[in-house]
Amino acid sequence: MSKPSARDELEAVAATLTEIPHADPNRLSEIRIDVLGRKAGRLSGLLRSLGTLAPDERRELGRQANDLKKQVEEALDRRQAQMDVAETTSAQDLTMPGRTRWRGTIHPVNRVVDEICDIFKELGFSRVTGPEAETEEYNFTKLNIPLDHPAVDMHDTFYLADGHLLRTHTSPMQARIMEHYEPPVRIVVPGVVYRRDAFDASHAPVFEQLEGLVVDEGVTFVDFKAGIDYFVKHFFTKDTTVRFRPSFFPFTEPSAEVDVQCQMCRGSGCSTCKGTGFLEIMGAGMVHPAVFENCGIDPERYTGYAFGMGPHRITMLRYGIPDIRLLYENDMRFLDQYVSAT
Amino acid sequence: MNVSLEWLGVLLDTKLDAGHVSHELAMLGSPVESVTRANEGLDDVIVALVERVEQHPNADRLSVCQVNNGSEVLEVVCGAPNVAAGVRYPFAPIGSVLPGGVKLKRSKIRGVQSNGMLCSAKELELGGDADGIMPLDTDAALGTKLVTALGMDDVCLDVEVTPNRPDLLCHRGVARELGAVIGRPVKLQHIPGGPGETKTLQRHDQSGTVGGLEVRIEDTDGCYRFLAAVIRGVRIGPSPDWLQRRLQSVGQRCINNVVDVTNYIMREMNHPMHAYDLDRLAGPTLIARAAAGGEKLNTLDGVERAMQSGMTMICDANGPTGIGGVMGGASSEVRVDTTNIVLEAAFFNPKRIRKTRVALQMSTDASYRFERGVDIQGMTDAFHRAVELLLTTAGGEEADNPVDIYPKPVRIPSVFLRPEQVQRVLGVEIGRDEIEKYLTALGFAVAPKDDRIAVQPPGWRPDVTRDVDLIEEIARVRGYDSFPTVLRPFRPSQVPHEPQEAVKGRARVMLTGFGLHEARSSSLGPQVGEDAQAVLNPLSMEEKFLRTDLIAGLVRAVQHNWSVKQRDIRLFEVGVVFAAQAAVRLPKETLRVAGIVTGSQHPHHWSIPNSADFDIWDVKSFLAGIAGECGPPGRIVTDEGRVTYYDQGGTVRGWAGPVTVDVPAWAAPVFGFELDLATSLRAPRSHTDLPDQPAIERDLALMLPDGISSSQVEAVIKKRGGGYLESCAVFDEYRGTDIVGRSVAWRLVFRARDKTLRDNDIDGAVDKVLRALTEQLGVQRR
Repeated sequence: MSKPSARDELEAVAATLTEIPHADPNRLSEIRIDVLGRKAGRLSGLLRSLGTLAPDERRELGRQANDLKKQVEEALDRRQAQMDVAETTSAQDLTMPGRTRWRGTIHPVNRVVDEICDIFKELGFSRVTGPEAETEEYNFTKLNIPLDHPAVDMHDTFYLADGHLLRTHTSPMQARIMEHYEPPVRIVVPGVVYRRDAFDASHAPVFEQLEGLVVDEGVTFVDFKAGIDYFVKHFFTKDTTVRFRPSFFPFTEPSAEVDVQCQMCRGSGCSTCKGTGFLEIMGAGMVHPAVFENCGIDPERYTGYAFGMGPHRITMLRYGIPDIRLLYENDMRFLDQYVSAT
Repeated sequence: MNVSLEWLGVLLDTKLDAGHVSHELAMLGSPVESVTRANEGLDDVIVALVERVEQHPNADRLSVCQVNNGSEVLEVVCGAPNVAAGVRYPFAPIGSVLPGGVKLKRSKIRGVQSNGMLCSAKELELGGDADGIMPLDTDAALGTKLVTALGMDDVCLDVEVTPNRPDLLCHRGVARELGAVIGRPVKLQHIPGGPGETKTLQRHDQSGTVGGLEVRIEDTDGCYRFLAAVIRGVRIGPSPDWLQRRLQSVGQRCINNVVDVTNYIMREMNHPMHAYDLDRLAGPTLIARAAAGGEKLNTLDGVERAMQSGMTMICDANGPTGIGGVMGGASSEVRVDTTNIVLEAAFFNPKRIRKTRVALQMSTDASYRFERGVDIQGMTDAFHRAVELLLTTAGGEEADNPVDIYPKPVRIPSVFLRPEQVQRVLGVEIGRDEIEKYLTALGFAVAPKDDRIAVQPPGWRPDVTRDVDLIEEIARVRGYDSFPTVLRPFRPSQVPHEPQEAVKGRARVMLTGFGLHEARSSSLGPQVGEDAQAVLNPLSMEEKFLRTDLIAGLVRAVQHNWSVKQRDIRLFEVGVVFAAQAAVRLPKETLRVAGIVTGSQHPHHWSIPNSADFDIWDVKSFLAGIAGECGPPGRIVTDEGRVTYYDQGGTVRGWAGPVTVDVPAWAAPVFGFELDLATSLRAPRSHTDLPDQPAIERDLALMLPDGISSSQVEAVIKKRGGGYLESCAVFDEYRGTDIVGRSVAWRLVFRARDKTLRDNDIDGAVDKVLRALTEQLGVQRR
């Protein structure tokens, strides 16, 4: 059998490059001796044998052989370093805690707001915001709540000046948007609202509300129910039952309260739902034609629906938070719990 | 509103179940807030028969009774002198709990075992008689619950009534609503022992006389209708048991047979009425007139109240004797010795009542109903029934035909409904017959009118004035559940997303990435700054102003966390701050972000014994990072020991630095930043090609004399560094007693786009930099 040609030898050595990254310590020293060994090493031998070749070929092969030698050396060193680290690590007690970083979390209420808005975005809603300080006109009268009507009593209002107040709901944005845009309108409006309620376990004077409004030709009670149902099934679970009950809001008619199956007991009745199996999550209904008239929209041409919900309450339901004040204290121990919450 | 289930059942002539009623009412729009069983505390007490009574062997005043509870005969010791064999008594078995909360235990009384207790009315809180046990006149089976045997097991429903439905503030209204869905008519119960009829009303336009009493409406805007009857020869006393029980079942205190009747009618038929002592009315006259400012009146609750114009007074010849629709006066109150009475039923302008109620800050059962609107047409029925009840319970005789002063009879306009409009709103085709069926069930009169339906709302539904009101009625009675839930295609919104919401979102992602938790603080707090907007009617002085910055709320959050012994605190908030403007304008609102940090920079790890605390350099970089992406375009300037962010117009828009607050000894210093948010995200930046030439780095250790800042040095380097200077950055600072000033080390990076630089390409630039530093700032190479 003739001696392998120098070229073949180069290829054979190159093949060890793929083996090196997986080699165990014994094999690694074998390869080192086999390839790089000063006397019997294959590359050393190869380089020695180059003298017999023609000058052009010698130069070419010599360059290749030297490159390869460098590559093999590096690969061997890399593998060796890798094994050195592994050896040190295995000598350590890996049950010791790893190094952590501070992780921040979005406030649970805002997380819920984002989630709700994102679901409605799937239904083509835009996310908009509006002023927190409002006029009586936008907060009440344009929404078909005459100032001398008992419905005003449903809103304990903070006043800033004559006719100026802190909005008691996000509904003023219904009027502001309808005055500025031609239908089709599909919006969700998250924001802070104010009620003159003393702070207790379930009430706060400053809290989040989330409004929704749809205005277009041909929007009906069926579309309203379907839109809300879509939201509930995506926000809670797809088997969550939704219940629509008649109610009264001056700016919607027909009006509805929307209940969802209690998430704690799945509808069998518990202390959270006071045994009813349902939890109220929003007030809603078809936009009252008087509101359209007040905002310059023709009620004979357009219909629509609107809804409003309380993200604080929904947050409490979702995470089982017993006291609304926890959502205002900004206690690090409380917020830490939401770093990995979904 | 409290509703007695039994009362409701009588009106609908059927036995009702509380759970069923609650569900139906909820699905009609009047959810039941709570269900309370009357006399719940008596649940354990049963009817038992005393079979034998013997003298207690060791006590003269005690007896030993053999008591049959329906299943066994027990020995019971009794101290009541009236105990008798063969009589039934309320019996509390061992283990039962009596109204006072006492749990009955088995005990020996003077050596004799007593297996329960025979009860007095007082012990059961059923009356004042403590002299003896309560004999029962009942043939209920032994062992029957006492409340069942006595018919006291009524259930009280607290029905939530929305402000548009005054008609639901009485039992008949709730019964009508329920009757519409369960298909039963509403009928008023015959008054036990009543005459069956009363004298007919005499209509007058402005004034009339009844039994010597002159009745007149002067304030026709405040009082639309005034009915009055005079009954002579009444005897004031307690109401009959059935009536008392009815009132008690809804939590109404019983007063006497006259006042009780007005309360009964109000709770049954919704019309508040008032009874006067005829002999205490000067004149005698009753005039409804507008109040003149400054008049005073002692109301029934014993308070002297000042009248204001806009109120409607009921006056006798001497002056005010009642505030119309709100409360009667003390002077003409019905008392024990009253023999002749006037019964008034009137209709007052709801808006005027509301103003009166707000001005006097007194809400009464009457004002609550008048403000929402009572039935001006149906009030005559309520009046006749009240007169009949009075004649039955208090005796006496009607002096005359009662008067009905009704200057401008109210006509309730018809509402016209197109059946296709129903479909247009509800999305489902509902036949004309079906529409008419629902409306008729609720008491609306329907008639065809061209292709429409002419609907006459009943007097008790002042809320129904336009077609959409009827559409809601149809949907309600048909049931919201009956409408399908089908998602259909929709057209995209014409309204764009609010661009600032994206800025908010970006800031929140960045700051949570920095390890800060998002906080939410109240926007109401104490005054911070001159331009703070005040709230006119705050809940407390601590919450009188709208916030002018976010850091104050975050400081409060830090203090809360300190109070629960948290040392490591990292919070940020995105929210609106307010600045008061001229009175005619709403306060200016600005969206801001702020952050606060104190304590360890990193969570403690065993490999690093002492982690450093947050300091100024953290908040400076937070500010720079957030401002760069979410702030208005601008720059950070360090002046007068502060890190300030200016926009391009030179207005201060943010800061970073230490926060002044009393830090507990065990806590760390506090640092914060605050920044106005940009109104929209910046346009995406365009790509920069990656360098394909190597760079040359030069490190310069520079001696900075006192008063020379690194930004001054940086400016010189950048100006003199030449075209190849790519970047320069501080990488070290040294201060020590061995040097004057400080030594700051800079790394300058040079790179050419199109060639590989050699040292001699940049030596000139470095020399220029060093020369300029020395000349301009006195900065030398170390």
